[in-house]
Amino acid sequence: MAMLELEDLHVKYGAVEALKGITLEVNEGEIVTLLGANGAGKTTTLRTISGLLRPSAGRLLFEGKPIHELPAHEVLGIGIGHVPEGRRVFPRMSVLENLEMGAYQRKGGNKEVMERVFDLFPVLSERKTQDGGTLSGGEQQMLAIGRALMSRPRLLLLDEPSMGLAPLIVAKIFEIIAEINQDGTTVLLVEQNAAQALKLAGRGYVLETGSIVMSEDAATLLSDDRVRAAYLGEEIGAA
Amino acid sequence: MCFTQSFWQLTISGLALGSVYALIALGYTLVYGVLQLINFAHSEVFMLGGFGGLFLVRGLGIDNPSGVTSVLLVGGGMLAGALLGAATAFTLERVAYRPLRRRGAPRLAFLISAIGASFFLLNLAGKEFGRFNNPMPPLYTSGKVFSVFGAQVTTNQLVVAASALVMLIALDRIIAKTRLGMGIRSVAQDAEAASLMGVDIDKVITRTFVLGGLLGGAAGFLFGIQFGVQYNMGFSAGTKAFTAAVLGGIGNVRGAVMGGLVLGVAENLGVACVSSAWRDVIAFLILVLVLMLRPTGLLGERLGRSA
Repeated sequence: MAMLELEDLHVKYGAVEALKGITLEVNEGEIVTLLGANGAGKTTTLRTISGLLRPSAGRLLFEGKPIHELPAHEVLGIGIGHVPEGRRVFPRMSVLENLEMGAYQRKGGNKEVMERVFDLFPVLSERKTQDGGTLSGGEQQMLAIGRALMSRPRLLLLDEPSMGLAPLIVAKIFEIIAEINQDGTTVLLVEQNAAQALKLAGRGYVLETGSIVMSEDAATLLSDDRVRAAYLGEEIGAA
Repeated sequence: MCFTQSFWQLTISGLALGSVYALIALGYTLVYGVLQLINFAHSEVFMLGGFGGLFLVRGLGIDNPSGVTSVLLVGGGMLAGALLGAATAFTLERVAYRPLRRRGAPRLAFLISAIGASFFLLNLAGKEFGRFNNPMPPLYTSGKVFSVFGAQVTTNQLVVAASALVMLIALDRIIAKTRLGMGIRSVAQDAEAASLMGVDIDKVITRTFVLGGLLGGAAGFLFGIQFGVQYNMGFSAGTKAFTAAVLGGIGNVRGAVMGGLVLGVAENLGVACVSSAWRDVIAFLILVLVLMLRPTGLLGERLGRSA
């Protein structure tokens, strides 16, 4: 049984159908990436899994149980953490408070997780008392990921962690995502930076205007002409 | 200047009045922080809190209280006011706002609902409790306690200011340190991100209304000690507290406290320069000037969104 299963999932914004029946699954321990252009429905997919949006049809299962009716604040409790697009750290809370917010539902015993987070992102430990809004983009992304880890999720949804960051920082963050995965956290990664994402992930899906058009292992996607042309910025036949 | 002779006297009575404004202003600012909604019915939370305290004190009917009895009476009156205020605020949220939120109603609908609820409660209180002023029965032997810079401080002023101060500090600590405070701040800064952290937004909103109601209701009783309790007392005091909240920066907890104190003092000093008939004009002139010159208030929006 897959950890997360989406089956013929439809999502509408008013009359507009953003997801036109997508089917995908994520198995425990995997890193799966969801690729696609702007507006393809990647963020919509993650927001639906997290309970921020309601599907109009289809099935959404986590560990075999339907979760499409759970409100967002309960989805976290069943083991799904979400690092939203644009990071969304609390700008007027300190780094420490932001991390504590990640453990809002947990009663005590956060020390160990917080130590692990500081272990992964030493810079956060240096900036504990600084307001989230005053951090650099890369630091905010680290804080957003650290905050999500505080709830000890079994599945981590990452929405464009590379957005707006310098290549060096992106490489570092992707390294840490691999480390988090090795700690036993399953990862569903949404990215526009397909080259990086496919190096990290085991499998990938390609989303185009609300439909899944490809589902392959990462190596196959990396060498696919259409993927190279559309998402890796290469001309077909050039290689 | 016109107020040089009685400057300290006016400042002291201004601070006592201003601390009541501050307590009410917090109700506006907290709710605005989490909902970006001005709860115009908050003035009636204040008024009903006044009646709650009044009825308790009257019901107990203690003649010439002093000492411990006085302290208990003041504490009991504040508690009764706070509880009725909280119950009113809770009901307002459930009846006047939550159904609109569920339907994703436009902002104007919330405003109309707020004004409607305010008129309803105002007139209900007028009908039930009479349209006249109800002086608070004596809670202690009132008099001059001590003097500062030659100005007399009365028992009333001391009781009001000290009680308000305790509540203001308590609230500040709640917002800064407790889980509820973290929830309130997170919802104010980014409600959706807060829900991804497991914050139940509806629960936080309800508790924010209750917290504002506790303070507003207690303020009603404190105001009643000084000026009596009347069905329409919320209109003027509520609008001024709203002014105080805007003055300090709506959504900003410490700003609301500062705004309340500044407004209370400015009003009193201004009255000394012209006449007491100008009291409300001065307060609302300040509101207009703030909105024109510094719409984010003196301290800006701190609890709320950064963008």
